[in-house]
Amino acid sequence: MSTEAGTLTFLALLLPFFGATVAPILTRFLGHNAAWALAAVPAALFIHFASFVPLVAGGGTAGGSLAWAPSIAVDFSFFIDGLSLTFAILISGIGILIVLFSGGYLKGHARQGRFFSFMLLFMGAMQGLVLADGFITLFVFWELTSITSFLLIGFDNHREAARRAAFQALVVTGMGGLSLLAGLLLIWSVAGAGSMSALLGSGTVLRDSMLYGAALILVLGGAFTKSAQFPFHFWLPNAMEAPTPVSAYLHSATMVKAGVYLVMRLNPVMGGTAAWQTVLPLFGALTLVVGTVLAIRQTDLKLMLAYTTVGSLGLLVMLTGLGSDKAVEAAVLYLVAHSMFKGGLFMVAGSLDHEAGSREITELAGLRAAMPVTFAAALLAGASMAGLPLSFGFLAKEELYAAVTGAGGWSAALVAVALFGNTLMVAVALCLALTPFLGRQPRSPKAAHEGPVLLWLGPLALAVLGILTGLLSGYAHRILSSQMASAIAGKPLAVEISTVPHLGLPLFLSVLTIALGAVAFLWQARIRGGVASALDIIGWGPDRGFDQAMRGLVRGSFAASRVVQSGRLDIYMKITFIVVALALIVPMALNGEWPSLPAWPDLQLQEWAVLVIAVAGLAAVLRARSRLTAIVSLGIQGFAVALLFMLLGAPDLSFTQFMIETLSVVILALVMTRLRLGTDDRRPALVRVVDAIIAGVAGLGFGLLLLKAAQTPFDQKLGIFFSTYARVIAHGRNIVNVIIVDFRGLDTLGEIAVVMIAGLAILTLIRMTSGTARKARGA
Amino acid sequence: MRTLIFRTIAPGLTSLMLLFSVFVLLRGHNEPGGGFIGGLIAVAAIAIFGIAFGVPVARRALYFHPLAISGAGLLLSAISGLVSLACDAPFLTGIWTSVHLFGAELDVSTVMAFDIGVYLVVLGSLSSVALALEDREDI
Repeated sequence: MSTEAGTLTFLALLLPFFGATVAPILTRFLGHNAAWALAAVPAALFIHFASFVPLVAGGGTAGGSLAWAPSIAVDFSFFIDGLSLTFAILISGIGILIVLFSGGYLKGHARQGRFFSFMLLFMGAMQGLVLADGFITLFVFWELTSITSFLLIGFDNHREAARRAAFQALVVTGMGGLSLLAGLLLIWSVAGAGSMSALLGSGTVLRDSMLYGAALILVLGGAFTKSAQFPFHFWLPNAMEAPTPVSAYLHSATMVKAGVYLVMRLNPVMGGTAAWQTVLPLFGALTLVVGTVLAIRQTDLKLMLAYTTVGSLGLLVMLTGLGSDKAVEAAVLYLVAHSMFKGGLFMVAGSLDHEAGSREITELAGLRAAMPVTFAAALLAGASMAGLPLSFGFLAKEELYAAVTGAGGWSAALVAVALFGNTLMVAVALCLALTPFLGRQPRSPKAAHEGPVLLWLGPLALAVLGILTGLLSGYAHRILSSQMASAIAGKPLAVEISTVPHLGLPLFLSVLTIALGAVAFLWQARIRGGVASALDIIGWGPDRGFDQAMRGLVRGSFAASRVVQSGRLDIYMKITFIVVALALIVPMALNGEWPSLPAWPDLQLQEWAVLVIAVAGLAAVLRARSRLTAIVSLGIQGFAVALLFMLLGAPDLSFTQFMIETLSVVILALVMTRLRLGTDDRRPALVRVVDAIIAGVAGLGFGLLLLKAAQTPFDQKLGIFFSTYARVIAHGRNIVNVIIVDFRGLDTLGEIAVVMIAGLAILTLIRMTSGTARKARGA
Repeated sequence: MRTLIFRTIAPGLTSLMLLFSVFVLLRGHNEPGGGFIGGLIAVAAIAIFGIAFGVPVARRALYFHPLAISGAGLLLSAISGLVSLACDAPFLTGIWTSVHLFGAELDVSTVMAFDIGVYLVVLGSLSSVALALEDREDI
């Protein structure tokens, strides 16, 4: 590929983030019509990525990288093959419609500009995730999707349910993200490849490694939480607290598929093993069954859609895990079909909510005349979801049944699971597409009418696309499906299925599914009641488990803090000094490295004088009756040490010591007046003895350490280096200062940041305590 | 503490100490001194002033909130490190140049700006603590 296309792709990756910064300003001037302008962002991405289709359809790939941290081999890089290109086109294409839909859905909302901003941020993150080549690039974008998802779920932050859902999604997907990071780093060290493109060329190194199992668990920890696999599925239905455009975009069409994307991406290098073919189908099948059963139980349109999304994600993971040619093809078709029909149906639910005033199917009926366009969109998208002939969903279902019937040993069980899940999906699809619109008497909380073009354009376009791609399946397969399937399988695969039915077991199962689904639809009230009472009997789910875990965490840390933080200054001091004493004495004792007793130094008169002053200061401290006197006396000893430094030729050190001594005496005295301690020391004799021992041992330890340090042969290298080069390189004669501001400037920068933060913290503490004191006085 | 003698001496003492702190700061590269020690001397000066005339007067005299001074210092140090990036040298590389001022040649460097930043951080952070502790109105 040309470097120009590479540069353009990097710009394309940045474009949504740029869009996010201008969105609030545009919205201020254009109101909800800013949607038309902002839709240009995904449209530009769509066009850019569509231009790669000929290259990829011809079996080519593209990539590019920018150096990020070359010293640790981290690049900012992208990689385009059939898999990432299909995702990129889905994300940008559906993104256009979602941005437009958001314009209509949040029309007049005070924070619509911010909403657009978050949406575009997410779009940028998601786009980056599927295109990322380097592991670190992938991880950064992966976490960005979690964070933007958090912002979007909690968009209505005045509602507690929204805040809880946002927090829950962040915790679950965030922990998964950490697991993924560990997994990717492990893969990096095992396979020696830090990027997807390099990893895909590494052959069987990863599969043969002893660490394969650990890497698999860690990576799946990331994928399963993101893609809401059982038992981590609970955050997804709760995320329906978000405004509907978010649910349509993040929680059905794109973000939740990130986990599926990851397992698909890794299938060529990690798939095909017994563990892979057991774990993925098992969890996928469980998720499919749990998701669809919980879906049929709901009466809220969005929740029904959310739970079927959980089920669909399970189906995708199951198919990817099976890994046969047919299964991979089915996964590809189903993923594309699902993005279209689920995105469309979510927007239909949003339109109903917006224009008819409710999302409860029990409150809606007979709206076909009032909302004909929405009805059409619901019918077409529902047809694709139910897998009726001519739709893209039909192709996916045919391929799915072909895959599970030919799956070998577990075939029967897989067919049963697929049949069960799909039957319930058909029933839910019928519920969604028919119940609100059929019936003699129109019924809705508010007078329903068709919404503006911004509201129906998105759902209708996606629904029609779901049928068109089915009709023109040959073309769709040639440009995208086959390339995506080849990328997942790691070998050339050609998807060939078309809407012309082939007699055989898959077709029979498809017909059976639709028939059973229709029956389930008619019996929905009974099924719903049955599931509800069964759930009541169980009475516990991972959602409650999450709350219990969080409560436990809070309680645990509270209890731990109570143990560690007694709140008594004397205990803190005692523990600190005991630890210091042990840290000083024990290593010397264990290694038998006591310093040898030095010869009596030959001191000059002035040095003797200083020593006497220091000892006198110490005596004054011990004899002091009041604490204030003790503090000031401590200063005497400190000044004596500063004098010693001066005499021994360390003016800088001595200078600093003088200032520190002065200030610490001043500040300690001020603190003393603040604390309003008794001026006298009234410790009982026994406590005094213990304290004296602790202080003595700690002091002795320091003395011994200093002696030992002075007796260790001194390495002059650094000293010589600094005295040679301070003037030459750093233009300074004061070595100490040159080291501080030049040679080790970065350290100093960190240190002054710490000084400032410490100052801030101390100030906060002082203000906080005086605040409580004021309150206690009733002021 | 607010005796007549102390209050008479304090302004002169404070100004002398502040002047001295700047002197110590600026000569630091070649003689004993530098931003850290200079900052400590300045804090002592402000603490004396606060004890003599009360914290409100000291705060007014400082004009800026001590922590704002500290923040400005941190920013100055960080930015002085960025200058070298423009000269294609790693972050925090000292860049030196000479200017002629009133007929004398003066070496100016990013290192000096960095040291002034250190001075301001120490001055701001510690005097904010000292003044808050002196502030009896708070109790």
